[in-house]
Amino acid sequence: MLEIKNLHVDLEEEDKTILKGVNLTVEAGKVHAIMGPNGSGKSTLSYVLSGRGGYRVTQGTATLDGIDLLALEPEERAAAGLFLAFQYPVEIPGVGNLTFLRTAMNAQRKARNEPEISAADFLKLVRAKAKTLQIDAEMLKRPVNVGFSGGEKKRNEILQMAMLEPKMCILDETDSGLDVDAMKLVADGVNALRDARRGFLVITHYQRLLDHIKPDVVHIMAEGRIIRTGGPDLALEVEKNGYADILTEEA
Amino acid sequence: MALAQARPPLIDARIAELRLPDGAAWSMAARAEALDRLRAMGLPDRRDEYWKFTRPDSLVQVDAPRTPVSDPAEGLDMFGDIDRLKIVFVDGIFDPVASDELALDGVQIERLAGAAQSHIHWVRDVYGTLEARGQSPVARPLAALNTALASDGLLLHVSRSPSKPVNLIYVHNSETSDAILHHVIRLDPGVELTVLEHGPAAARFNQVMEVEIAAGATFHHVRNQESGHQQRAATHLFARLAAGSRFKSFTMTANGVMTRNECAIELAGDEASAHVAGAALGDGNVHQDDTILITHDALRCESRQVFKKVLCNGATGVFQGKILVKPGAQKTDGYQISQALLLDEDSQFLAKPELEIYADDVICSHGSTSGAIDEDALYYLRARGIPRKLATDLLTLSFLAEAVAEIDDEGLRTEINARLEGWLARRRG
Repeated sequence: MLEIKNLHVDLEEEDKTILKGVNLTVEAGKVHAIMGPNGSGKSTLSYVLSGRGGYRVTQGTATLDGIDLLALEPEERAAAGLFLAFQYPVEIPGVGNLTFLRTAMNAQRKARNEPEISAADFLKLVRAKAKTLQIDAEMLKRPVNVGFSGGEKKRNEILQMAMLEPKMCILDETDSGLDVDAMKLVADGVNALRDARRGFLVITHYQRLLDHIKPDVVHIMAEGRIIRTGGPDLALEVEKNGYADILTEEA
Repeated sequence: MALAQARPPLIDARIAELRLPDGAAWSMAARAEALDRLRAMGLPDRRDEYWKFTRPDSLVQVDAPRTPVSDPAEGLDMFGDIDRLKIVFVDGIFDPVASDELALDGVQIERLAGAAQSHIHWVRDVYGTLEARGQSPVARPLAALNTALASDGLLLHVSRSPSKPVNLIYVHNSETSDAILHHVIRLDPGVELTVLEHGPAAARFNQVMEVEIAAGATFHHVRNQESGHQQRAATHLFARLAAGSRFKSFTMTANGVMTRNECAIELAGDEASAHVAGAALGDGNVHQDDTILITHDALRCESRQVFKKVLCNGATGVFQGKILVKPGAQKTDGYQISQALLLDEDSQFLAKPELEIYADDVICSHGSTSGAIDEDALYYLRARGIPRKLATDLLTLSFLAEAVAEIDDEGLRTEINARLEGWLARRRG
């Protein structure tokens, strides 16, 4: 589904290389996790895949079901089925959460030549999905992420994911700033979306999120490369011994 | 000195072109005084400090510059879902056919033109009075010119809260129309009135509205100045607030080659509250100026100025706003914010925020910013599949929201938001 080959990325503003040849394939129906120390390039990978400005791809490719992601605008990548759950969801005063969600859904449908969702169908759908994430009507009406707690922002990200039904979901440190209960709620939301046709890439510092979202494959990233790939046990090893051992072994 | 000598002939030339309405006898004294004021101060000039950011030339020249007529149907198409009393002026001339009957429960309605002397004794005390008070500490010659020479306008005396708003609808139909309207509104203690205004009024429009608000009364004002690209307007809103009264005014300005909106509000009674807000949209060769003075002259009064401007393709936005706190006006709570969203590098925002405070126990704050669209927010919206132009429009509405939120009524807020959205959607990205 998601295929990344030899991806090299520089920062546009400074002369600095962040990704130095990332190779990664996420198959449909699978959950891949990327772990790694601060500054290893995990978040950069998620930004480059979703089309954030400020980066320059110098080598390599990234495709989603064969479509060249790097040639598309961010909105075209989203319409093609890519979704990034942000580490820091942005607050947008004056734009209601529902307006935002419906605008996004219909923009994607329009881009795919699908009919728009009616207001009534949309409301029915969003209410049902919000309920399972314990998002109340008040939160749906409020401006996007304004005055939301850390946990509410992350739940709101998962709600967007549930509504937009992407093929490929990238979660960037979705566990950061969450207490155990909030993490469980978010993980349940993600697990509910696990599906044979959908791929997940879960970026995290800590193993604890992976207790709730069980990965099929775990990658360790360091200094802009994936240095080791293994099964769920690899995450447990990191939890026990830290990154230092692996970094030393691979050096 | 050469300047002072040059000015009177221009005033005479300007006045020579204008005619007083029939039946204006009761107002002659006020008009003569206004003319004296005008002669004393002269027409505005580029060198006047108060006109530093805005060239008054096209507003004071003898003839209104020729201006293509914009579709009047579009102007009439607002507030359609709201039960209101419609009063229509075409190029500044009252249109009795398009207007509703001038009758509204609790409100005495007269027109400045042809008002019978016996009915309008109350207006004698108000007509030109607030305008005259508003001439200090800064001169507002175009308002004095208006008082002296207005051809028509509405006189509203509200003794009980009416069941619906009054909607002044301005239609532009002649390429050379030069309209001068003067409205006077008086609210008795405790009443509430909403005045709506919309439509491009004329090729050139000079408007004064004087609002006298008695104790405990509330005045709501929502105005949409959306026009074509060539219209010019100079408006003045004068208000005096007695104890415990409220004043809330919101103006949407869109297009118009030259717009100068002045507002002078006097908080004269304790615990009064005045809010003035504006959302201005400028694309291309437009100049939109909001010049506000709020004077606190009583205890525990509150005021708010919220002005937002969206500018692109060479548009200029101006904000001159002042909070003046007079000696003894303790416990004043004054707030002022003016912000511009510059959608490109070709546009400019000129701001002069001022505080002048002569009391020691007050809270006053002001802020002014100009900036571009927030790239992080834009990326967030696009990452959800919203195309750049639509995402920009959403963020622009988000930027304007604080000003729009100053409209209390939800239906009116929705209507204004729809106009703002429509304007943005029509703009090429």
